[in-house]
Amino acid sequence: MSVITLNEPGKELLMMGNEAIARGALEAGVRVGAAYPGTPSTDIIENLAAVASQMGLYVEWSVNEKVALEVASAAAFSGLRAICAMKQNGMNVASDYLLTLNLVGVKTGLVLVACDDPQGHSSNNEQDSRFFAKMADLPLLEPSTFQESKEMTQWAFELSEEVGGVVILRGVTRTSHARGNVVLGKLPPPGGKPYFDRTKQWLTQPLVPKHQQLHHTLDRLEEIYAQSPFNQYLGPERPKLLIITCGTGWLYSQEAVELLALGKKVGILKLGTTWPLPSRMIVDYLKKTERILLVEEVDPFLEGNVKEIAADFSRKIGPKDFFGKKSGHVPPVGEMTADRIVDALAKIFKISYSARSAGYEKRAQQVAKKMLPGRVLGFCAGCPHRASFWSIKNALQMDNRQGFATYDIGCYALGRGPAGYYQLRVGGAMGTGTGLASGFGKLSQLGFEQPVIAMCGDSTFFHSAMPALVNAHYNKSNLVMVILDNSTTAMTGFQPHPGVGRNAMGDEVTPVDIEGVCRAFGAKVEVTDPFDIPGTRKKLLHALEDPEGAKVLIMRRRCQMLKGKDEKPPYRVFVDQRKCIGENCGCDRVCTRVFKCPGLIWDAKEGKSKVDEVICTGCGVCADICPEGAIVKEETK
Amino acid sequence: MAAKKGTYNLIITGVGGQGNVLSSQLIGQALVGKGFFVTIGETYGASQRGGSVMSHIRISAKKQLSPLIPRGKADIVIGLEPVEALRVLTVYGNSHTVVISNTRPIYPVDVTSGDEKYPGEEEIQGALKGLSRKVYYIPATEKAMEMGSPILGNMIMMGALLELNLLPLSPAEFRETLAGSFKAARLETNLRALEEGKRIVRSA
Repeated sequence: MSVITLNEPGKELLMMGNEAIARGALEAGVRVGAAYPGTPSTDIIENLAAVASQMGLYVEWSVNEKVALEVASAAAFSGLRAICAMKQNGMNVASDYLLTLNLVGVKTGLVLVACDDPQGHSSNNEQDSRFFAKMADLPLLEPSTFQESKEMTQWAFELSEEVGGVVILRGVTRTSHARGNVVLGKLPPPGGKPYFDRTKQWLTQPLVPKHQQLHHTLDRLEEIYAQSPFNQYLGPERPKLLIITCGTGWLYSQEAVELLALGKKVGILKLGTTWPLPSRMIVDYLKKTERILLVEEVDPFLEGNVKEIAADFSRKIGPKDFFGKKSGHVPPVGEMTADRIVDALAKIFKISYSARSAGYEKRAQQVAKKMLPGRVLGFCAGCPHRASFWSIKNALQMDNRQGFATYDIGCYALGRGPAGYYQLRVGGAMGTGTGLASGFGKLSQLGFEQPVIAMCGDSTFFHSAMPALVNAHYNKSNLVMVILDNSTTAMTGFQPHPGVGRNAMGDEVTPVDIEGVCRAFGAKVEVTDPFDIPGTRKKLLHALEDPEGAKVLIMRRRCQMLKGKDEKPPYRVFVDQRKCIGENCGCDRVCTRVFKCPGLIWDAKEGKSKVDEVICTGCGVCADICPEGAIVKEETK
Repeated sequence: MAAKKGTYNLIITGVGGQGNVLSSQLIGQALVGKGFFVTIGETYGASQRGGSVMSHIRISAKKQLSPLIPRGKADIVIGLEPVEALRVLTVYGNSHTVVISNTRPIYPVDVTSGDEKYPGEEEIQGALKGLSRKVYYIPATEKAMEMGSPILGNMIMMGALLELNLLPLSPAEFRETLAGSFKAARLETNLRALEEGKRIVRSA
């Protein structure tokens, strides 16, 4: 049973921030949840989906974030509370509707959770989604702890109803994807029946008055926020320095102040309500000190907005020194840590601080420099993508026209590195590989002679590659689209998608046939098993040679992480060291230097290849690439 | 020492797929049940994809700590992979840190290809010693494979950790948490792995 449905008010549990958000939504009586998976936001909707039938909810994985917001909005127009969650990049996708919905408003509470990923641990950018709140004139909340993640979510629904609009709750990796203490509250009784009142229209018109109304609401929010317990101050009455912070900065700042024993000199103002800023309250704190340090992730959002307040009230508060990302005291990129705040404070107060003795530090640096081999991210042992990229590399080489591949988001994007033999050259957003390839394909009209392969995942295909494929066909672009169909959304933790035949709540549905969709779009379609290396290469070469239109090659094989759970390894794989001739083989150690499956290691003593039985999943692909036949695959029974 | 200041900073490190996230969650759950504040910060994304994965587990009797341990402030480092233990010490270790390290390497692909070097066993042991107060070596993966699955290695390591009494958590209390989290068959194997860890560290 999931901990998020325990109806034991007062019980204290260890919860992930995202679980706490899901629990907060349940305590607020949420009835509908929708999202497209994206780390670090995925667990919110995943947790709700797992308890949907038990709690009487409707929860879905939508095909993309914009549709997710639309699905959640439908509930909020019909008298139900709804939640929608996405990672930062998803906000870009959803923003088209968000910047309509802000003017339209909602009937019942709608909370949009945006989880940013400072440092891009699981992302291809560092993006600060808070600017969407400012752009859309919508209320913004930022939890600092796990308990707050729950309580703030709950309050966000009330606030949404109080102001009649969407509330944005912004999490970050270290609040959403970390764990901490949460005290449970009460779960409400099951809610009522949805109903859309057709006597009312939900429109952006009359446009200018609606926009005006949003600005009135922002003024009202400042008053509401001034009373909020989510804004707190810790420190002396007249601090020598005031830290203004939000999100993760609250706990990090407290620790930094403790590490430097500056508790008597430094005050910390923690803001949970960050758009609009409660300006009169902030002015009261600015009056207390001459110096202010801004601490936040990712961009100087708070920093700019606090300075704006300081400028507006300059006669009241007098001149101030501001420290932060602009002044260079806090790095303007990368994730926040207590150490970064220690460094900023040490610089401001001219304190010298070192965490360890000079001798230890020196030894540690020497070890770091000389003894730590890197671990580049790669495909798992047995991953179908490795075999797919192997064929792509070889086919492009044989084709010999300087061909290259474009890409999107997903596990296969790791193919931009050694795992995919550096085949991916340009791309990086959802569906972009195919859109770019559609453009490259048209350049042939202007003298371009290189073939282009658009790499796309199965879930990404539904998210946003479909329009690009239609575009390619419509505009007669010459491209090869490779859909790496591993039958799951693997990168975010194996969520189903429309091609899988199962929805978020576990119900069986008729799968959308990717092959059929591509054919309907006018593409020539072939399907291959990437583990059939010669067959895949042949089909790929054939597609590359075809000068006309959009060709789709679906490389279909289920993700090994899922397969490994319900199937035994098909082969026992080992190296026959009598046959392996190591460095003397003309292959340049193709298995361990080029193919690079982590299941193959190098036996330095013997100077031969070896299989690491802890890592190998028995897929047997490497047996087909060894020119000496030294890698043996034996069928398991 | 950790106990004196009332906080415990533990890092469990390894390579994706070694079960690091689950171990930290179980320890955290058990300690929250005992009334402690626990914060766990995980580096992930790399999980299952060959990258380094570490969990910061921070325990306090007084308040919720931040999800990342400040540099040089780790009290205990559990290395599910030896070089990963070393990597963590270079940033978070100090001369009082206690290390429990698995002995079996997982070779990065760049080591296999010959582009990078994996340090020898003696070299690793010397470096671990130079960056800690005490190191315990546990052949956890070998033992786990004898028991049927390398994934049990992490529970063997947990058994060693609890036996050393470095956390405010007894082996019996942890066993109770496991009993509430695992189904019968899986529980039995994991309990055996815990016992194995205890046995190995006692004879170390």
